[in-house]
Amino acid sequence: MNRFKNICVMLLLSGAAAAHAHAHAFVDHAEPPVGGKVRQMPQKVQIWFTEKIEPAFSSIKVFDGSGKQIDKGDTRADPANQALLHLSLPPLKAGTYKVVWRVVSVDTHVTKGDFTFQVVR
Amino acid sequence: MKHLVFLFWLTCAACELGATSGAYGHGFAGARFFPATLSTDDPFVADEFSLPTISSIVTPDDGGTRDTEISSDIALRITPQWDIEFGERFITLNPSHGKAVNGYDNLSIGSKYEFFENDEHEAVVSVGLDVDVGGTGSKQVGADTFSTWTPGLFFGKGLGDLPQGLSLVRPLAITGLVGVAIPSSASTDGSPNPAALQLGFAVEYSLIYLQEQVRDIGLRAPFDRLIPLVEISLSDPLDRGQSGLITGTVNPGIIWSGKYFQVGAEAVIPINSRTGNDVGFIAQLHFYLDDLFPHSIGRPLFGGR
Repeated sequence: MNRFKNICVMLLLSGAAAAHAHAHAFVDHAEPPVGGKVRQMPQKVQIWFTEKIEPAFSSIKVFDGSGKQIDKGDTRADPANQALLHLSLPPLKAGTYKVVWRVVSVDTHVTKGDFTFQVVR
Repeated sequence: MKHLVFLFWLTCAACELGATSGAYGHGFAGARFFPATLSTDDPFVADEFSLPTISSIVTPDDGGTRDTEISSDIALRITPQWDIEFGERFITLNPSHGKAVNGYDNLSIGSKYEFFENDEHEAVVSVGLDVDVGGTGSKQVGADTFSTWTPGLFFGKGLGDLPQGLSLVRPLAITGLVGVAIPSSASTDGSPNPAALQLGFAVEYSLIYLQEQVRDIGLRAPFDRLIPLVEISLSDPLDRGQSGLITGTVNPGIIWSGKYFQVGAEAVIPINSRTGNDVGFIAQLHFYLDDLFPHSIGRPLFGGR
């Protein structure tokens, strides 16, 4: 069993050495919420990720029910929180909208996904 | 040897602190994250390390023997689509009557090549070969004196491409493998060594996928990182008078996936008395080397830039 003990010690050492590392970015939460319904017209989409994001290589797009891209194309990181991305929206009609995101975390891992939200009157 | 291992990890750590180059992910097909499964091999080519995997079950051998195993596996990518894998396990056999024995099982060496991935349909297919190297383990714990070659086909499919009307089904995914274990010796001491069909499936419901792709139901850490699953592992002998003597287990359990590692635990339920009579368990701590060491051992040897 000494072999296992040695490996465990080395693993702890390596974990400590990699403490600065980052990981794949997942969605922590979003506004409008993933799969949610909003009555008040949202002026922007905000997505909080689990990791810091490289905004130059990351994007959010929003499509309406007919598949037409309707956002203002200005995906940007929050100055106070590098894990938060914003995207401005024009006035929205009632309907279902699809948010498509693709981000690169600061250690260059790429993740992507999509979700919908509804605007109801 | 201890100093060499220490030097290896120090080198990894040094590479992490100094490097700035890119890295690839693992266990993803489009928006779908697939965890490493405990009882059946998943289809992904990855940099990953399991230590330990602990399992225990009472087998029918010698009127009932508790088989407890501690194992470790490591997989490292040669290219983004091709990896090599090594595995070793320490076995303790404790019969209901008689003395307990322990020792290492045969060394396992494998390789996998991922030849198909479709992001839109969250699908992946790979082929692999696993070799249990005969004579490298302890005869006391039944390690075979012959080698066994197991070529296999692996697949994974998420249901995220289902229509929005079936939204609560979209977090489901299935992974599986079909292989044939081919022994290099027809018999040992008069006992036949049949070839055997190996089947494994895992049905997963990802709360990660539910929260971030389908509907935010308000789960927060640590519950938003859970993946309940059921694994099924079957072995069906094909020849040498053993046909139809199928053995296998059904393993319901749960995995929690974090940034750098996952932990999982499953009950191990024998499908028949040939496999066992009592419910056992398996638990695993599994490290994502590509997240821990994205600039050194967590990236492909070639083609990773």
